[in-house]
Amino acid sequence: MERVPVLKIGDILLVSIQVDMQDQTALALQEDLSDRIVATGCHGVIIDITALDIVDSFVGRMLSSIAAISRVLDAETVVVGMRPAVAITLVELGLSLDGIRTALNVELGMELLARSRADEPEDLGIDGLSATT
Amino acid sequence: MGLTAEESGRLAALLETHADKLTASWTDAVAAPLRGRLTRAELLRQVQDLHRTLVEALQAGDFDLSAEAAASLRATLVEMSRSRARQGFSAAETAVTVFGLKKALFDVVDVRGADPQVLADLLALGLVIDDLGLFTFETYAKTREELIADQAEQLLELATPVVKLWEGVVAIPLVGTLDSARAQVIMERLLETLVETGSPYAIIDITGVPAVDTQVAQHILKTVVAARLMGAECIISGIRPQIAQTIVALGIEFGDIATKASLADALRHALRMIEANRKARSN
Repeated sequence: MERVPVLKIGDILLVSIQVDMQDQTALALQEDLSDRIVATGCHGVIIDITALDIVDSFVGRMLSSIAAISRVLDAETVVVGMRPAVAITLVELGLSLDGIRTALNVELGMELLARSRADEPEDLGIDGLSATT
Repeated sequence: MGLTAEESGRLAALLETHADKLTASWTDAVAAPLRGRLTRAELLRQVQDLHRTLVEALQAGDFDLSAEAAASLRATLVEMSRSRARQGFSAAETAVTVFGLKKALFDVVDVRGADPQVLADLLALGLVIDDLGLFTFETYAKTREELIADQAEQLLELATPVVKLWEGVVAIPLVGTLDSARAQVIMERLLETLVETGSPYAIIDITGVPAVDTQVAQHILKTVVAARLMGAECIISGIRPQIAQTIVALGIEFGDIATKASLADALRHALRMIEANRKARSN
């Protein structure tokens, strides 16, 4: 069975989907990704779908559930590199990717994640930590 | 054309004497290859016009298609070939309208039993008809060329460029009416440019769109939603006062899509957003 690699870059996990998604591949990806999020403590996930010619309701649902899983594990998901033809098809079919943020390319996706991390309140400093202990 | 006044007169008389039979037979000859795309009554009218003007031209003396006397004949031919060309008939289907007269003549005049004088006249008339045919052909070709030129112009209007306004901001100025086919092309081109340039902001300027109805709005909305799916934000600008009133009257909802009155406002909005993002990142 084909597996989709999950790469760690700094605080971000990068998933580039290059194969046709099937049930097994999708389930394996969900498992791998949730394992890696917990193992690495990353707060951002970028899913690159540049290589996907077709995004049907199945892939759409997969993306939505990955985003939901990541959110539970306190990681934000950004889908990047959607092709124009794919976007048009999704609109024509009336499909929407609920709860998913998107960016044009990986670079903009990383910026988006960096921005949303910056919006969150500052990490507790040493003082805060010492106050609780 | 070397027709003497006397010959012209005899030809006119020949066409006159058999007028009804000739036009009927002529119409039949024309109608067959057109296979009912023009009604018989319409064809008969055209054929009668041609017949009448041809007789007039012949009666005027030595026949010459480029002469003043043949002006109305020329006008009739031009009108006929123009309308045929515009209606999409082929060159042969247009020429047959003139050459049908030859066939009609052979049907009506008893060629085999005729005396040499009549045969000679018929030959001369054949030459006249050939001239008319060539003239028709030329007009037909000219009209088609005009049509092609017109269409090329229209195509040029259709070409809608996507321009880069700023780092990260592209704009597409829409000009002309948006139908489904054009909207599709525009949508694809805009989205492709977004990917190529990696611009997260797109401005759709509708200053040049004469009217916004529900369908046009639908096309624009689809483009915006598709761009959002790809991770880009669209701003709609160039909404004229009348258009704004129509949009509200039609109950079109642009939802949370940013709409601005002018392109300048839209650009300012985009730049402000980019600046806000940059600040958020550097914090």
